[in-house]
Amino acid sequence: MPDWGIIIPSVLNGLTTGALYALVALGLTLIYGVLHIINFAHGALLMVGLYAVYYLNAQFGLDPYVSLLIVPPVMFALGYALQRGIIGKAAHGRDENILLVTLGLAIVIENLSLYFFRSDTRIVDTPYSFKTVEFLGAFLPLPKVVAFFGALATAGLLWLLMTRTDLGRAIRALAKERKGASLVGIDIEHVFAMSFGLGIACLGVAACLLLPSYYVNPQVGHGFILIAFTIVVLGGMGSFIGALLGGLIIGVVEALGGLFLGESLGQIGIFVIFILVLIFRPTGLLGQKA
Amino acid sequence: MTGNKTNGGFSRRDMLATGAAAIGVSAIGFPAVLRAQPAAVKVGLIHPVTGFIAFSGNQCRQGALMAIEDINNAGGIKSLGGAKLEGLLGDSQGKPDIGASEADRLVEAGVNGIVAGYASSITLATSQEAAKSNTPHVVDVGVSDKIVNRGLKNTFRFGPGYGKIAKFAVDNLDTINKAAGSPAKTAMIIHEESLFGTGTAKLLSKELPTKGIEVIDVIKHPNPMRDFTNIVLQIKAKKPDLIIPANYYNEYVLLARTIRQQKVEAKGIYSVLGGAASNYKFVKEFPEAAEQIMDCNHWFDPTSQLALERKKAAEAKGLYYTYEVFLAYNAVSFLADAIERAGSVDKDAVIAAMASSTWDKHGMPYGPTKMMNGQNDGAQPVNTQVLKGVIQVIFPKKFASADPVFPRTV
Repeated sequence: MPDWGIIIPSVLNGLTTGALYALVALGLTLIYGVLHIINFAHGALLMVGLYAVYYLNAQFGLDPYVSLLIVPPVMFALGYALQRGIIGKAAHGRDENILLVTLGLAIVIENLSLYFFRSDTRIVDTPYSFKTVEFLGAFLPLPKVVAFFGALATAGLLWLLMTRTDLGRAIRALAKERKGASLVGIDIEHVFAMSFGLGIACLGVAACLLLPSYYVNPQVGHGFILIAFTIVVLGGMGSFIGALLGGLIIGVVEALGGLFLGESLGQIGIFVIFILVLIFRPTGLLGQKA
Repeated sequence: MTGNKTNGGFSRRDMLATGAAAIGVSAIGFPAVLRAQPAAVKVGLIHPVTGFIAFSGNQCRQGALMAIEDINNAGGIKSLGGAKLEGLLGDSQGKPDIGASEADRLVEAGVNGIVAGYASSITLATSQEAAKSNTPHVVDVGVSDKIVNRGLKNTFRFGPGYGKIAKFAVDNLDTINKAAGSPAKTAMIIHEESLFGTGTAKLLSKELPTKGIEVIDVIKHPNPMRDFTNIVLQIKAKKPDLIIPANYYNEYVLLARTIRQQKVEAKGIYSVLGGAASNYKFVKEFPEAAEQIMDCNHWFDPTSQLALERKKAAEAKGLYYTYEVFLAYNAVSFLADAIERAGSVDKDAVIAAMASSTWDKHGMPYGPTKMMNGQNDGAQPVNTQVLKGVIQVIFPKKFASADPVFPRTV
């Protein structure tokens, strides 16, 4: 039985970890939740973002937070090019093709990084890596607190983009009725690629906020991909606020599950909740608002 | 008048003679050339070069390939006419079932011996698969004692198993603790959930109380583990005198960072086979988190010129000289020595040569090799401690380069 005095620190830690999960899931909810592209390369592309942040730090001494100005735009361009040049062309509009293409991309990207970067685990050392923020008796790692607010800001920005801009309206139109969207003059290929690019740019943001408290190696995406899919379905397909909420819930459940059931068994809590949501609220927590 | 008929100045007899000579050369001469280049000795190398323990798997592979290169540069297997070693590579992806299928594939490809497989669970599978064809199998790192306790005639481990390591770790900890006035009375063990971590934790839980150190909690975690804050909060609440981690590299790094981040005040961090505590990479990247951590782990003999030369050669290739590198190097060298003495790649002959090995060119603190039911009896770990950013050997005294600092002063 755990010491009750650590429940609050554990919940707070769960919230900050959950925010990191939410950051990874935000991009996926756009790609998978809105456009229904099952992107198996999401974890591999997160890894690409993490390597970009790492090398900007190692080669040019750029702080990971300064890299926010570089990595997300570059990741956006990469995502746009991938969708326009590979995924869209190879998929021929069929979901099963997309699934296989993204799976293939994941394998290619991971093996290329294994070849170029080797399997070394790499970490950035920043002046704030070991800094903590004391809150309600808990020492919260500063990078995770920054990531928490970063996730809130990113979710808010995406929500604004989807509700207040022409691009957001075009993406939503495309998600609802592809043919109709085409008939009213929306360039489907372009909007698809923009959406994919935005989703991958979110991974760029996640990479910049994640690396100060985590590491990168060619397999790093594996630990996040299943969690990200779970969060998207739990929060409601296509709902950014749902993804944020889902991430935070998963973080807290994981923390408390680990505390009461042990770290190995604690993961079960995540999937129990996932199954319960699918049974009792198949649209996810905020799915109807998507 | 009779005479040899000529054809353009070249008699039929000449032609016959030339043809016979050509046939003779092709029948005798070319095989003579082939005999000068004996068939390569194929060595299967199975490591987890992808998956969650890929860093260690790649280190093992690099160590094994270095050994092959050195042996070939030194003239190959001389008793086989200078036969070169050829490494056939396999990737277990960190999974025992894939390790077993890789062993099967390499046996089908005709390997003369296998060196595998870093993790205990994978090594159990590869050695068992190799045993079906009586293929000689040398364990590079896997520490579970089950690997050599199953009576497999083909399986040999050059390094120590965790039974010996745990005993050594506990005995030395007792000595260090008593020398400091016995400040450590409680401990918490944090271990990864596979065979290596679970087995080590079980042995330590049994042995530590016999030395007056109560194990107040044992926490198991999966691989990969994304966040250690929860575990460290539990450590903080229970306030053990000693924190004893037994996990792989990535998890060890995250755990050590979180311990420092959460300002945990323990009298010591004493790893047993800690994935990063005796790792130059970890110490270089996180000197503050690594400072004064003690470890009981595989280590080379720091007084051996041979070991230091190999370390230098590995570093010249851009490698960190971690235990994976020198253990895999020695596993291949041990196998090559057995083939050399057997003068054959006959499986029974190689296995017999390994069983009777007295090989001592390993640069390890083991003494000459002496196999007892597949286990090198002289193999032992050493205790290291990170002191002012340098990994120092603190036990056994014979190999020590510094005195232990305990309790921690940082």
